[in-house]
Amino acid sequence: MTTASMTTDEVMDYDEAIARFDPVMGLEVHVELSTETKMFCGCATAFGAPPNSQVCPVCLGLPGALPVVNATAVESAMRIGLALNCEIAEWCRFARKNYFYPDMPKNFQTSQYDEPIAFDGHLDVQLDDGSTYRIEIERAHMEEDTGKSLHIGGATGRIHGADHSLVDYNRAGIPLIEIVTKPIVGAGERAPEVARAYVSALRDLMRALDVSDVKMEQGSMRCDANVSLRPRVGDDHSGPEQLAVPLGTRTETKNVNSLRSVERAVRYEISRHAAILAGGGSILQETRHWHEDTGVTTSGREKSDAEDYRYFPEPDLVPVAPPRETVEALRATLPEPPAERRRRLQTEWGYSDLEMRDVVNAGAVELIEETAALGTSAQAARKWWLGEPSRRANAAAQDLVTYAAGLGFTPGDVAELEAMVKAGRLNDSMARQVLDGVLDGEGHPVEVADARGLELVQDDAALEAAIDEVIAANPDVAEKIRGGKVQAAGALIGQVMKAMKGQADAGKARQLILDKLQ
Amino acid sequence: MNSDLTRATAAELADALATKTVSSVEVTQAHLDRIAAVDEQVHAYLHVDAEGALAAARSIDERRAAGESLPALAGVPIAVKDVMTTRGIPTTCGSRTLEGWVPPYDATVVTRLRAQGMPILGKTNMDEFAMGSSTEHSAYGPTRNPWDLERIPGGSGGGSSAVVASFQAPLAIGTDTGGSIRQPAAVTGTVGTKPTYGGVSRYGLVALASSLDQAGPCARSVLDTALLHSVIGGHDPMDSTSIEAPVPAVVEAARNGDVSGMKIGIVRELGGEGYQPGVRARFDEAVQLLVDRGAEVIEVSCPNFDYALAAYYLILPSEASSNLAKFDAMRYGLRILPDGVDDPSAEQVMAASRDAGFGDEVKRRIILGTYALSSGYYDAYYGSAQKVRTLIAQDFERAFAKVDVLVSPTAPTTAFRFGDKLDDPMAMYLNDIATIPANLAGVPGMSLPSGLADEDGLPAGIQILAPAMRDERLYTVGAALERALADRWGGLLIDRAPQLDASMVKGA
Repeated sequence: MTTASMTTDEVMDYDEAIARFDPVMGLEVHVELSTETKMFCGCATAFGAPPNSQVCPVCLGLPGALPVVNATAVESAMRIGLALNCEIAEWCRFARKNYFYPDMPKNFQTSQYDEPIAFDGHLDVQLDDGSTYRIEIERAHMEEDTGKSLHIGGATGRIHGADHSLVDYNRAGIPLIEIVTKPIVGAGERAPEVARAYVSALRDLMRALDVSDVKMEQGSMRCDANVSLRPRVGDDHSGPEQLAVPLGTRTETKNVNSLRSVERAVRYEISRHAAILAGGGSILQETRHWHEDTGVTTSGREKSDAEDYRYFPEPDLVPVAPPRETVEALRATLPEPPAERRRRLQTEWGYSDLEMRDVVNAGAVELIEETAALGTSAQAARKWWLGEPSRRANAAAQDLVTYAAGLGFTPGDVAELEAMVKAGRLNDSMARQVLDGVLDGEGHPVEVADARGLELVQDDAALEAAIDEVIAANPDVAEKIRGGKVQAAGALIGQVMKAMKGQADAGKARQLILDKLQ
Repeated sequence: MNSDLTRATAAELADALATKTVSSVEVTQAHLDRIAAVDEQVHAYLHVDAEGALAAARSIDERRAAGESLPALAGVPIAVKDVMTTRGIPTTCGSRTLEGWVPPYDATVVTRLRAQGMPILGKTNMDEFAMGSSTEHSAYGPTRNPWDLERIPGGSGGGSSAVVASFQAPLAIGTDTGGSIRQPAAVTGTVGTKPTYGGVSRYGLVALASSLDQAGPCARSVLDTALLHSVIGGHDPMDSTSIEAPVPAVVEAARNGDVSGMKIGIVRELGGEGYQPGVRARFDEAVQLLVDRGAEVIEVSCPNFDYALAAYYLILPSEASSNLAKFDAMRYGLRILPDGVDDPSAEQVMAASRDAGFGDEVKRRIILGTYALSSGYYDAYYGSAQKVRTLIAQDFERAFAKVDVLVSPTAPTTAFRFGDKLDDPMAMYLNDIATIPANLAGVPGMSLPSGLADEDGLPAGIQILAPAMRDERLYTVGAALERALADRWGGLLIDRAPQLDASMVKGA
């Protein structure tokens, strides 16, 4: 068993794999809801608390304890369903999924089976080239998370080779929404990109709904990627002949903990399946484990013998039957869909496609929106946020929002900085120095400018004196300007700024020079 | 009131406590003394909490002395079936797997008993995880019937009925999944009610079959049963299946007991073939007594009751197989390392522990339920059983459109001898043939004594069934019948039970 993780599977070149096979995906995304309390009890849900400090008889599965549904979680589930353009069930139940595992306190997971709260929806996702791909949603259902096993000893941190295992039940019972796609067909060579774009769009949607932290690295959003290949027929991956070919055997890849991994893992599985199938082999229906570091998957448990979960309706809970008025009231609370919102903001801000994409990729949309709301121009807000703060966030391997929040650097600071520029107190290079100071923790922009003594000289007499001196020292240049060569003023401005030790408004200096020489 | 405090009813004790004629410590100590004297023979308690009970009694006495106004049953001691969690008191469910487990929390029923100021004497014996009709499936040995120590006290709640029948507690909490309150009441000459499903919280009741389980009161009189019912009943936000409505007016009904003009239905399908003649005879007489008191009797048919036992033995094991999965040695309870395995996996420890911790009947039902829920069999077994369940509920609806209550013998026979049915599960299951339909439909039911069977001199019971949420009707009819029978017997039937005292029992 342990040798499985040592061997390297054969893979086929990706382009060849796609030329010979048609990939089909199914994505199952688990989203941990950011409710204050767990799905079926009143325990807190904070991440990172000491092990087994957020537990009670219910989530520990003590004999006699009973679940009570968290109404906020149900509401979040319905909002997610509505945002995914799903139908919301008029009546649905929870079901028990029975299987034995030490991190599952009751040895069944309270989930939903054939009666999900939301079903038959879709989500349009945008690909890198700006085109849109529609992902059909099979269902979104509610369930509870399991505890977390920690395997002690052994080299891999996995169960094989470990001396003993510890279980933390803090996570047990945290509400999860599992969102399951219908088979994603017709994506062809873009399958990995579609997978990433979908998970990314889901993440944006959850953020916009404010229902989850969606931190993949902390596990509050997890993706299982099912991949299968079928023989290529016809020229077009989405052609009718191709779509008529029965699906191949799938594998389910788990432990995919970043957007980049989603893309890489799907791509890897396509290449691995292709090598096996091309060699005349057959795919084993199994769980695969993704390794971020090596970029490969290894075999997990075989699913064939563990498939019978003996689902039956959870007798300890009553059915969920949301009145239609409630559903419609929730629909009214839905935020603008992230893709539409982006299009609207791009228009409002007058950004080019490229500028908008950079802003989105930098995770700066909300920051810019807030900054602009404080009266800063969208262009200035973009310039400041995508400059030094983004560079430093990248260096710290953090997203911009987290980085700025950790620093206490706010849209208000950017607005304050830009206001000083507009008021003529700072020129551009001085403003950059102030920004550095703010990011170094020296204070808010005005404080930093004060402390560093950065301020454009407002004394026109001093400026005029400097200009007179420079004109006197450069009679030939002055003559050219008098002759109408306005662009020659640049040379004089540079000398004036040097004489003023940088603390002058270059624009004003230019105006004064032109006034004097024309 | 009887000078022997253990012979008094709970209502009498409550009055005497309220008027400070006796103290709770005196009442509690009297019962502890009785337990010490007779329980070695009856074996109705799995755990006696003398210290805790006396501490609670003292506290109530002090509060009463301080002039505090106290609830109706304050100071009246009680026994609790070992399937309800009790903070600080071991809870085993009659199973080895929970030997030594001390719950960190109280069941809602227990919380209400404590809030009422009722000292908890101890935990009563039961068939393992409430699976059985005789207590012979208790891992800690059977309870003996106070009427005949060679016979079973019924089950699964044989312990709760036996402590009441042997005057080791005035009141007890039972639970009823298919008859576990009513059948023991019938064979021990006591009273017990299974309330409407959802009428009493299940929070802290270690689940056998969640959709069937219901906790309820056990006592020697109808009024005592009602007093306890009103204390433990009512909505509990911790139990999603708990009904959001006030407890039906059971105490008023038990005090009133007027059946004139009531329509009483005799269920044709319950009470014919397979019922002991003495049980039948006492039942017929009881019905006549109700007629004498002004009730109208009609025969009704509930044809689908014939399928109740089959449906029950699919639904119960299915739910039980899942409910009992949590007993895996990982967090609490018995942990056994498998023999001859150097470095056992969690799964191997689970398997070894469950093998050692569960008795045969529990294993039988887990296997049945696992099978019934398996893919490919689900529709034929669990699915069909749920359809039968709906049909049975419809039978009740139709019957209750015509009559106010239904009646039948509670159990087909009087108490049988130990070992008689132990090797024949089907014979054992048939004990509950008359009680199971109420659990499947969620309607309330009561058993009270109808007399002694001529052929063996042992108690027989009559069952009363009412529509959901009309539990008070059980008490109206029960009280009327109890009075009519008491007039005939010159007291409660239980007063005619053989005297159990230490010297006599030891000689027996």
